[in-house]
Amino acid sequence: MSAATQARLWYAQRISAMILALCVVVHIVTIVYAVRGGLSGVEILARTRGNAVFAAFYVLFVVSAAIHAPIGLARIAEEWLQWRGRWLNGLLLVFALVLVAVGLSAVWGLYGGG
Amino acid sequence: MNTETLRVSIWRGKTDGRFVSYAVPRLDSQTVLDVVTYVQRTLDSSLSYRFSCRVGMCGSCAMTVNGVARWTCRTHVSKVAVDGVLELAPLSNLPMIKDLASDMAPFFDKWAGAKGQFKGERSRHDDFASVQPDSVKRKAADAGIECIGCGVCYASCDTVTWRPDYLGPAALNRAWTLVNDERDVAGNERMRAIAGDAGCHACHTHTSCSERCPKGIAPTLGISALKRLTARAAMRGELG
Repeated sequence: MSAATQARLWYAQRISAMILALCVVVHIVTIVYAVRGGLSGVEILARTRGNAVFAAFYVLFVVSAAIHAPIGLARIAEEWLQWRGRWLNGLLLVFALVLVAVGLSAVWGLYGGG
Repeated sequence: MNTETLRVSIWRGKTDGRFVSYAVPRLDSQTVLDVVTYVQRTLDSSLSYRFSCRVGMCGSCAMTVNGVARWTCRTHVSKVAVDGVLELAPLSNLPMIKDLASDMAPFFDKWAGAKGQFKGERSRHDDFASVQPDSVKRKAADAGIECIGCGVCYASCDTVTWRPDYLGPAALNRAWTLVNDERDVAGNERMRAIAGDAGCHACHTHTSCSERCPKGIAPTLGISALKRLTARAAMRGELG
């Protein structure tokens, strides 16, 4: 992997970190606010189904996490285990795709109803 | 006169060496380098260590003192001895040569790797370059220019320990001063050399280098700026 690609990945990780920081705050505050008086699964689904803003927010959350986590794992693998190379990059790409798939299916479950 | 005695453990040999204990008279205003010199001249002439100027200019005498990398000529025993005990070892993150002497070659090779050489385009026949002393770039270069190449930052850096190909704080600090040198023309070449996982983007901002630098330089600041600069250049496709 060229130094330019590595620098671009670092940039992607930094930008995704900024988005995640915002998303996590909104996520936590919303949960704390919503469940103050107790909230059942049925009530949650009633609010999230068909809510495009909600869906867009969590799609952004999922995609940011899928970008951020594999780049960080690559760094940990390099520094702690001395793992590097194409096979590792391939593995982490698969991991990123799994995160996207699992995350988006969860978003769809809440938005579209499952 | 002070009659106290210091108990000094000094690393002897290479990686398979061991600490050897010496008793050294405690003197007023005594530096760690004074202690090492006393041992070498009075107790064991086979002790190897490195020093030159003794006044904090040359950067030769850095060692690990009670677990912390320091310049020994300007480190007073009174500041670092714990209950009259000193433990001296060569700098970390560098190959051992013998006793207190580390092999500095990898350290300076990385300065070259970070394109740490100034490259200008004027000759002696041209007029002097005019650099405004209060310009942002000149001030940024000033902040890092006093590095004496002692290797304390490099020996203190966790990231160098974890990934030995990382250029390290001193080489990147040097690159940062040159990036801010308006006369230098090797900018793109240098950016390519310092970008990426073995370059500035490896830094985890632990700030050990800035904490330990005896000259009060903060390489972390320059490295952070280099990260942003090179990443933006990469996004614009300027790093190739």
